[in-house]
Amino acid sequence: MDLNTEVLTQYLPLYQKAAVLTVKIGYFGIVLAIVIGLFCALIQYHKIPVLRRIIAVYIEISRNTPLLIQLFFIYYALPKIGISTNAESCGVAGLAFLGGSYMAEVFRSGLEAIPPIQKESAYSLGLSPLKTMFHVILPQAVSISVPGFVANVIFLLKETSVFSAISLMDLMFTAKDLIGLHYNTIEALFLLVVFYLIILLPVSVLGSLLERRVRHAGFGS
Amino acid sequence: MAEHLLTVRGLTKRFGSNTVLKDISFQVERGEVIVVIGPSGCGKSTLLRCINALEPIEGGEVLLENDVVNPGGKNLIELRQKIGMVFQSYDLFPHLTVLKNITLAPMKAQKRKKAEVEAEAMALLERVGLKDKAQSYPRELSGGQKQRVAIVRALCVHPELLLFDEVTAALDPEMVREVLDVMLNLAATGKTMIIVTHEMRFARAIADRVLFLDGGDIVEEAPPERFFTAPETERAKRFLETFEFKSVKARPATP
Repeated sequence: MDLNTEVLTQYLPLYQKAAVLTVKIGYFGIVLAIVIGLFCALIQYHKIPVLRRIIAVYIEISRNTPLLIQLFFIYYALPKIGISTNAESCGVAGLAFLGGSYMAEVFRSGLEAIPPIQKESAYSLGLSPLKTMFHVILPQAVSISVPGFVANVIFLLKETSVFSAISLMDLMFTAKDLIGLHYNTIEALFLLVVFYLIILLPVSVLGSLLERRVRHAGFGS
Repeated sequence: MAEHLLTVRGLTKRFGSNTVLKDISFQVERGEVIVVIGPSGCGKSTLLRCINALEPIEGGEVLLENDVVNPGGKNLIELRQKIGMVFQSYDLFPHLTVLKNITLAPMKAQKRKKAEVEAEAMALLERVGLKDKAQSYPRELSGGQKQRVAIVRALCVHPELLLFDEVTAALDPEMVREVLDVMLNLAATGKTMIIVTHEMRFARAIADRVLFLDGGDIVEEAPPERFFTAPETERAKRFLETFEFKSVKARPATP
């Protein structure tokens, strides 16, 4: 395989710019997904009537439709009912919509893994339900959720590759664009792989460190 | 007339169509130690859970002095701080150190000062012989140690009444003693306690009064000496016999 280094250096700045966009959208989308996920998980855990039904429907729709379709819907359908969006906020919204349900399921299983007697012993110490959730249940649930959470983050970052479909100039878009322009397929794809690895490997390593840390923080009571 | 700390009046508890507690009434004086015994499934644990409002009740009432203890009732959080409970399975918070397990409720629920609470926690830990475990995590402790920490955790909230739900049932025999000693110590300092236990000799030693529960009823209520030597009811007699072993003597001596 011959890589044309001249082409590589020529493409590099374009990929850097695209990588920044990918990371930016990934970051905001995932943060929003965490917020949505936590909210949904708490509603489901507390079995709050009506709201839990709505959330169950959301989770099913979000998990059982491809991100690409969700993005098309947000990008092309929403403006028709008067909600205008630009490509970037579409990307963030799409990622949050998809990621929210995945995060919700991970957090919910974490919450449900905590035996009810933990709650009862906190109550019998005179802690309010809110303080019990905050100081006793959530920290344990979050620790249990870490492996699934890390897997979700990596999955969502990879899913950003479909953003090119709504003409966001992310890594995938850049690669396809350059291939179309100059036919330097090998160089373009090589850089694409390298840049995804540059983004994802640190996340993966940080994730494993986090997993080891929370495991160390006291389980197997 | 003696001052009643706890009044249980006509307490009825059902799980579906199954009535677990039938019209239970009794009172506990300040400083008194009540031991509740009875066969498994007789409702002993449920009784304690109802007193602490961990279970909704279908009839009657639980009064701590003059306040109604009721799930969803007002002041429930304050009332629960006056009723400490220790569970069979310890239920320490696994993500917190021993010291933080103990100081969590006093600091977060009672808004007490960190330094004061920690000093008290350390003093209590020293009393139960676990001062050097303050910075350990629960998983690093033995069952008996965990249970002693759980008792200290309940004590540090300054409850007026302590409930013990079969606190030695999950422990190895040699660890039972260290936990029972802590409880005997508490009784000696005049704590008001309701203890559910299967340790009959311990019950006899610590109780001021024994409640014998069977089928959701208080079948017999008596001072320990009388209950254990001359139980009045047939059911209590039969129950106590299950703890006796007729000896198999006169076996040929093995060489």
